[in-house]
Amino acid sequence: MTAPTSDRASDFASLAAEDRVAARLYTDPEIFDWEMEKIFYSTWVWVAHESEIPDAGSFKMSHIGLQPVIVNRDRKGNFNVLLNRCRHRGASVCEVPKGKANGFTCPYHSWSYSLEGNLRGIPYPDGYEGVAEKRDLPLQRLRVESYNGLIFATFKTDIEPLADFLGDAKLWIDRFMKQGAGFPVKVQGEHKFRFDGNWKIQLENTTDGYHFPIVHRSWMASVDAETADMLSFMTDEEAVTHALGNGHSVAIMVPEHVDLEDDDGTEELQERFRPIIDELSETMPPEQVRRIVRSMHGAGYNLNLFPNLSLSMSFFRVLRPISVNETEIQHMALGLDGGPESVNRERLRIHEHFQGPFGFGTSDDSEAWDRVQRGAVANPEMPILVNRGLGREVAADEGWKTSHVTDETGMRESYAMWKRMMNDDR
Amino acid sequence: MTAETIEEGTGIDNRPAQEPYDLGLGKLADPLVGRAIELIWHEARLLDDKAYEAWQTLYTEDAKYVIPVDPDTDDFESSLNMVYDDARMRHMRITRLVQGYSMSAVAAARTTRTISRFTVEEQTAETVTLRSAQVLVGFKREKFQVLGADLTHRIRFNGDDARIELKLIRLVNADAAVNASGFLL
Repeated sequence: MTAPTSDRASDFASLAAEDRVAARLYTDPEIFDWEMEKIFYSTWVWVAHESEIPDAGSFKMSHIGLQPVIVNRDRKGNFNVLLNRCRHRGASVCEVPKGKANGFTCPYHSWSYSLEGNLRGIPYPDGYEGVAEKRDLPLQRLRVESYNGLIFATFKTDIEPLADFLGDAKLWIDRFMKQGAGFPVKVQGEHKFRFDGNWKIQLENTTDGYHFPIVHRSWMASVDAETADMLSFMTDEEAVTHALGNGHSVAIMVPEHVDLEDDDGTEELQERFRPIIDELSETMPPEQVRRIVRSMHGAGYNLNLFPNLSLSMSFFRVLRPISVNETEIQHMALGLDGGPESVNRERLRIHEHFQGPFGFGTSDDSEAWDRVQRGAVANPEMPILVNRGLGREVAADEGWKTSHVTDETGMRESYAMWKRMMNDDR
Repeated sequence: MTAETIEEGTGIDNRPAQEPYDLGLGKLADPLVGRAIELIWHEARLLDDKAYEAWQTLYTEDAKYVIPVDPDTDDFESSLNMVYDDARMRHMRITRLVQGYSMSAVAAARTTRTISRFTVEEQTAETVTLRSAQVLVGFKREKFQVLGADLTHRIRFNGDDARIELKLIRLVNADAAVNASGFLL
């Protein structure tokens, strides 16, 4: 891959300081091109959850930065991430968002590829005698590794293993998956929308506890008192954000739900779930009912994984940069694979209430992000402030920089990683 | 995803039949159907006017208002939808849209919508089910937005009273990106 050329590139990293970044980071197309190269094409990017491709031959379309890829599971059970581009004249070989296949055939001249990406067939091959060998023309395969069901890929063969890149975030991934309450976590469906703003505006938002009671006031007003109380973290001293390294961070909004296996029995189950509690209690022991119902709202935090995935309470948030001023977001609703139908339905209803283009939360978030992009063109050199809580930031026992969940510790962690990567300083 | 082989000589006979046939035309002239269409157009005007409190009185107490994600499913209960509202959710949604705390509702696009291409899907003594096409044009901050949808309305009649007991909105882009809007379909 050839890096975009810019005589200004060496200056980009200097636009981010510890406590502020130039608004030009949202608006400059050259910076965007450089980010694709230095960040999205240079590190581990999340492409799928294993429940989306459950069987041999299951595939889905995904993206790494601007580049379309196919993620599939082959007959050996391995995950493959292939560039969705025929080696002949460049046509996409798959335009079905997800499904099952034995392989992929280009619609233009019927070059056909296996799930592993190997070129299996070329029609009328005599024209290629002495010119091309099939073994030299597979679909481009990316390096793939997964952790606890999360599948990542990278163009780089020489960067650290995924587990090292995730580092301390692994603990929080493991805790997040406990919301399966004994069942594997599965993707139940997804909302998708775009907003007219830079991808980093969404990246920041995931650990922005500060906006919650303001932007989401109308959602708070619509939920039951127990749910509203659960998310009243503004003055809760145990609600903190940790910077986890490598751009990752976790914003804890419901401290009592950090580890869903950790239950002292004092928390009362929410009355809104009474019909489900009654139904499950007919066939399950009380501890299991309690475990499932306490997990209904998901884990008590948003885990931001740099650069494109967040594990947000009970769903995955995936961001896909489209251009410097447009970003696509997926909100994937999670459920219990093989779990009680009534629980999965209730989780869908909770997701619909907040998320998606008509959700009570997403539509207001989206409006706020649009407004950031519109405002940021006014003096793009004027800084965006990410300094909230800097004066009260401490190091947790684990060494993580820690401050209140309404502070901007997570954003500072993201921009520190952004700066390192834009500087080739990993 | 495998290549289809087109065998030569296996021609498909798709010439239209020449025998007389009956499409069952004339249903739109039925007085109940005419009232149903009038109600749907009335609803469209209330929505364009953002007269949400008046709008929700058009619905029966047990009505469902659905914007599915999956274009093929009818099992909305077990699927993720964009909207799956019963009376309780509809009421909360209206409160949110009118109370002034929601910044997207406050800044919502101005809309104008056209509904046409009506066909009668089912008719009983008390109900009429109509399918139609809706084209909505929204405008907000220098940008136009177009949303196309296939609508299904089931209207229940009780004497002079006519109310919607199902509205199903299948957006043409339901399973792709649908942008957050701040208004209702």
